[in-house]
Amino acid sequence: MEAAPPVLQTRQPKLVVDGVSKWFTSKRNVVQALDRVSLEVAEGEFVCLLGPSGCGKSTLLDIIAGLTKPDEGRVLADGKQIQGPGQQRLVMFQESALFPWLDAFGNVMFGLKLRPDLTNKERRRIAENYLELVGLGKFKHAQVHELSGGMKQRVALARALAPDPQVLLMDEPFAALDAMTRDQLYDDIQRIWMESRKTIVFVTHNVREAVCLGDRIVLMTPSPGRISQIFDIPLPRPRDINSPELASYSSRIAAALKGTRQGEASE
Amino acid sequence: MKRTAVALLFFAVLIGLWELAVRSGRWSVVLLPSPIFVGEYIWGALLDGTLVESTWVTLKRLIVGYIAGVLIGLPLGLLTSTSQLLEDTLGALALGFQTLPSVCWVPLALVWFGQTEGAMLFVVIMGTVWSVIIATDHGARNIPPIYARAARTMGSEGFHKWTRVILPASLPFLVSGMKQGWAFAWRSLMAAEIYVTILTGFGLGHLLHYGRELNAMDQVIGIMIVIVVIGLLVDRLLFSPWERFLHRRWGTNVKEA
Repeated sequence: MEAAPPVLQTRQPKLVVDGVSKWFTSKRNVVQALDRVSLEVAEGEFVCLLGPSGCGKSTLLDIIAGLTKPDEGRVLADGKQIQGPGQQRLVMFQESALFPWLDAFGNVMFGLKLRPDLTNKERRRIAENYLELVGLGKFKHAQVHELSGGMKQRVALARALAPDPQVLLMDEPFAALDAMTRDQLYDDIQRIWMESRKTIVFVTHNVREAVCLGDRIVLMTPSPGRISQIFDIPLPRPRDINSPELASYSSRIAAALKGTRQGEASE
Repeated sequence: MKRTAVALLFFAVLIGLWELAVRSGRWSVVLLPSPIFVGEYIWGALLDGTLVESTWVTLKRLIVGYIAGVLIGLPLGLLTSTSQLLEDTLGALALGFQTLPSVCWVPLALVWFGQTEGAMLFVVIMGTVWSVIIATDHGARNIPPIYARAARTMGSEGFHKWTRVILPASLPFLVSGMKQGWAFAWRSLMAAEIYVTILTGFGLGHLLHYGRELNAMDQVIGIMIVIVVIGLLVDRLLFSPWERFLHRRWGTNVKEA
């Protein structure tokens, strides 16, 4: 809980989640999704929100994105309260959410076209670079339906990276992919993160995935959603999801996760 | 090429059977004219300009009315998709009027506008607008919410969101709605033209009507053929490119590709 990377300690945190609570009202009852959650994320840090379904981790991500308003508390980005979604914090969703009326290139261009400070030439160049970066330079004019699940998520990653956000919010982006595609994407996302040093908040229910990617893992418990524990993962990068060091961390965290789920039905 | 040849052969056989039926002598040539006479009528009407002029009069009414109908229907449909109140009121009205055959508007149009272009336009617009409203509303409501969320995080709001996300995302519904609107408009205009004489222009429907009055079945059948050909052409020129675009982008109907 103590050892954040030393370089980052002096700076202002990139994101501050300050006592955030959220309730959802349905016809029958009121469910508390988040209960006074507080969290700080340093600039350039890779934080994983880990927990079983219903622990509010996706809701928390939505609130950080500005897509949902908290009922209590506030979220600061660079010291300023978040009022709504913005290009500084782009989201990558579980489904690719690519627009089928645009091709791969058009999808990456979508966010860039909303940057008035760029010329069209710059936009095209940036879009091409990011498609290249995710290994899809040759699929510039592919239609969305022609891409495999993994390729779709790569385009979605390029689309989220292209407008150069400071924070990347990822909501279980690899959950729907097969294991081999996922392993490849773990390498890619680590490489891209080490090059770009974006601040990343990554939601997952997969323990190994969290250990493989995160500097810190924030363990959340359901009903109501709370942060129960935070783990530092000081393993060197790039990490291999199949390495034994990683497995030992995973088993520790999995045990902690089990502890938090006692008393409820297992999945 | 092969498909075109097969289609041509099909129509040639059809016309051949028709000619055979005429030559069998079972029906009076007044009631069932030979395809040769019909062809001669079309050719003659093309040469003396009546056909071109009437086609133009009809198409002008149709195009102006249709475009107006789409321009009215699209924003109204988007509007009803945004609020439950508008859906329950305007949406219900649209649904009701869409089930009303649009030729039923003709008597009212005549009383309101007289025997003028205005009456024709009114009928065409009434044929178009309700289908377009319903299709747009339906399309905008059926957009996966994740598109709107993704667009919002990328900074797409207001007008940009409507024109670059909601409209293109609902294209599959829009195109089928506009096609339906076109079909209703075309049918209602023909009915209206046959039903009433419009003093300001002599359309295809009038030619058809006067063909019957003069007992000139070659004219009646000739005009029917022209109407069918126009319908086919519009489908090929106006809607097929959109449908191909949709199939290509959305990956539907892949077998054909």
